[in-house]
Amino acid sequence: MLDEMAFDLRKYLRRNSASVTVWVALLALILFGLMRYDNFGSAYNFSSFLNYNAMFIAIALGMCFVIMTGGIDLSVGSVAAFTSVVAAYLSPYGIQVALPGAVLAGIGFGAINAFCIIVLRIPPFIATLATMLAAKGGALVISGAQTISVDWGSNFTKLGMGQALGLFPWAIVIVAGLTLVLGLMLEKTTIGRTVLAIGGSEDASNLMGLKVNRAKAFVYLLSGGCAGLAGLFLASGFGAGQPLEGIGWELSAIASVVVGGTLLTGGMGSIPATVAGALLLGLVFNVLNFENGQGTISFSAYWQMVIRGGFLFAVILLQSRVIAKQQKVIGS
Amino acid sequence: MNALVSMSGIEKSFAGVPALSQASLEIAPGEVHALIGQNGAGKSTMIKVLTGVYRRDSGSVVIGRGESEISSPREAQEAGIATIYQELNLVPLRSVTENIIMGYEPKRLGLFVDWREGNKRAREVLARFGIDIDVTEPLGNFSTAIQQLVAIARAVSLEAKLVIMDEPTSSLDASEVEVLFGVVRELKNQGVSVLYVSHFLDELFQICDRVTTMRDGRTVSTRIVSETKKLEMIADMLGRNTDEIAAEGMTDFAGAKAKRGSILLRSENVCSGPRLTHFDLTLHRGEIVGLGGLLGSGRTEAARALFGVDALEDGVIELDGHTGQPSGPDEAISKRIGFLTEDRKAEGIIPDMSVRENMTLALLPKLAKRGQIDFERERAIVDGFISDLGIKAAHMDQPIRELSGGNQQKVLLARWLATEPDILILDEPTRGVDVGAKREIQSFIRSYVDKGFGVVLISSEFEELVEGADRIVVMHEGRSVTELANPGITGNILVGALAHHDAGADTWNAQ
Repeated sequence: MLDEMAFDLRKYLRRNSASVTVWVALLALILFGLMRYDNFGSAYNFSSFLNYNAMFIAIALGMCFVIMTGGIDLSVGSVAAFTSVVAAYLSPYGIQVALPGAVLAGIGFGAINAFCIIVLRIPPFIATLATMLAAKGGALVISGAQTISVDWGSNFTKLGMGQALGLFPWAIVIVAGLTLVLGLMLEKTTIGRTVLAIGGSEDASNLMGLKVNRAKAFVYLLSGGCAGLAGLFLASGFGAGQPLEGIGWELSAIASVVVGGTLLTGGMGSIPATVAGALLLGLVFNVLNFENGQGTISFSAYWQMVIRGGFLFAVILLQSRVIAKQQKVIGS
Repeated sequence: MNALVSMSGIEKSFAGVPALSQASLEIAPGEVHALIGQNGAGKSTMIKVLTGVYRRDSGSVVIGRGESEISSPREAQEAGIATIYQELNLVPLRSVTENIIMGYEPKRLGLFVDWREGNKRAREVLARFGIDIDVTEPLGNFSTAIQQLVAIARAVSLEAKLVIMDEPTSSLDASEVEVLFGVVRELKNQGVSVLYVSHFLDELFQICDRVTTMRDGRTVSTRIVSETKKLEMIADMLGRNTDEIAAEGMTDFAGAKAKRGSILLRSENVCSGPRLTHFDLTLHRGEIVGLGGLLGSGRTEAARALFGVDALEDGVIELDGHTGQPSGPDEAISKRIGFLTEDRKAEGIIPDMSVRENMTLALLPKLAKRGQIDFERERAIVDGFISDLGIKAAHMDQPIRELSGGNQQKVLLARWLATEPDILILDEPTRGVDVGAKREIQSFIRSYVDKGFGVVLISSEFEELVEGADRIVVMHEGRSVTELANPGITGNILVGALAHHDAGADTWNAQ
């Protein structure tokens, strides 16, 4: 009965068609950019694009885990703003202090979310909405509503501006590492499988004796930590803690996850496809910038948002069709 | 007799599987008519055909004088048919008045809702049933019983000629049931017909005029309740002959000793809520104990209490000599109990996960070292069970939802066997499973028990209990009432035991 050895490409594509869609869209957009714009493929554009998007990828990774359990975390943008201020304050002590400081601050907010959701049984949407407001207020309080400049004398700015191994800024290396770790965690560990099981059916997971609460706590702590990391990148890459940043980041992160084929109801998801989704969203802006640089058409920042929204809509529409077809094929 | 509703020769299939075949139902004006049958007998399909939720494949539905072409619940409402569902279709956050007059509000100047008039009307219609409540309060503040009555009041205020009640008493307590019965009688006095669907046969004798029994999508009988014995109803539902049952009689084997090992599990006077009030059970090694009973008798609730899902309010559970209920499923599993749930779709499979992942979910803690899953061992275990149980899957990474019901069930059975439990609780292990797979599952259960483990088997299929179980604990309305022991149990003895406690001793002895 078992023919695991035989690898059926068509079957593989059919089962993973949601992931495949986003990778194809990403590659198509890259090809489009390469053919149309001269410097699109330059090392500089590549590196600065990834560096800028590192924080969005970090947030999307945490969000992906939350959404796979069937939850949501709306607080990530505000938490990132908060931790960017924390990181800026800690910057004179160097990366070795600022990084754990910012990440721990983010995890702290994640702990509040986890407590509200698991112990107080507040729905994730409401609990994290409250944390979002609290974190935003907190960021303004601790910064006095000012951007807080980082200490340029310490090694702090190397994180977002310096070169690791002479190639990429450290932020990219950290995010790549995080992607690898979380990808393996999802595929290879009990916690990853528990996360998917909860999203698939929380009742069934409970009755199987899975540590449901522990896994749920984990995803919100992780999401908070990822937001903390994003705040760190923000402060380091732009040289300042920015209490007013982060507005709408949670929605971008959710969009990245959804574009990556993860079901909003949970139970199914892919870490690499989420990264691809985040890259795709960022790349639309990148392409539009190049288009403006061409000089033939000029899109204002507002039009760019409209175009990005339209693009996002098209991809999600395609994605939902693909997923519906996939479910149907498998169901029959 | 001029029938209010007359359905005949109704056929309805879903994806080629017939749910109704040659089903019929006739309801007279001003009659309380009961519709009974086991799960899957076709009662709710029949109602949904009548109310236009489903389109019938063939057959005729006559309402009043003419052939009816009701094709939506809205049209059914306009034709005077109101349905009170188990999950009420009302708006709990709005006031009682709003819920009653919604869509038919009295207006002032044809524009503004006249609340004073609305409240008055709501009070009036409720007063007809002897209910006096503040109609401006949100509906959700009242008990389920009152909410149900409000739903009925709405139906009546819309001049319904037929009110369909689907399991109306399943979430009511005894005094609330009395109030509901009063309302049903009042409806009857006002000339409104009621179609009453219930699993509780005792209720029928109190309020119903006639009873139609369905089995396997067919209408088996329509009887006049006052001239019918409960045993006859049960016999109709289960497709048995009352003479056989009466001839074999009922033998009480309680106390008979079978070959068996030490006591694995004992529960005494266990109570976990209104649906499980008194449950006694003793399970030995090498033994299958069946839980028999009609729907709603507390079988599943008993299993949930043993597995630590529902906390005990009273009573004692003893596992392998140690007293104490497991605090939750994870502790139950670590104490070597497994629980195959009844609702495979909602509480069993994780549809998007593969056969392999589904099979090893309960085993995960033992499969992992420092959180990392040992894939080699996992594959070996899964491979073993796939061949042992004859699971038909293309490969172990196939999503479980692609498998047939029988194979899904085998995967779930394997999930629990993999944890090597001492005690396995199986709730309807062969429901919705084809005959071949059923036999394989049953023989596998037996071979498992022969190794010295214990199984608690819950089944609505009497043959399965009678042939599979060493002893059967008979349950009725949340209580374990009798114990039968094999060899010697026959289907008729079991039906007799159920009927005995369902009908009350008097009815039975009178035969």
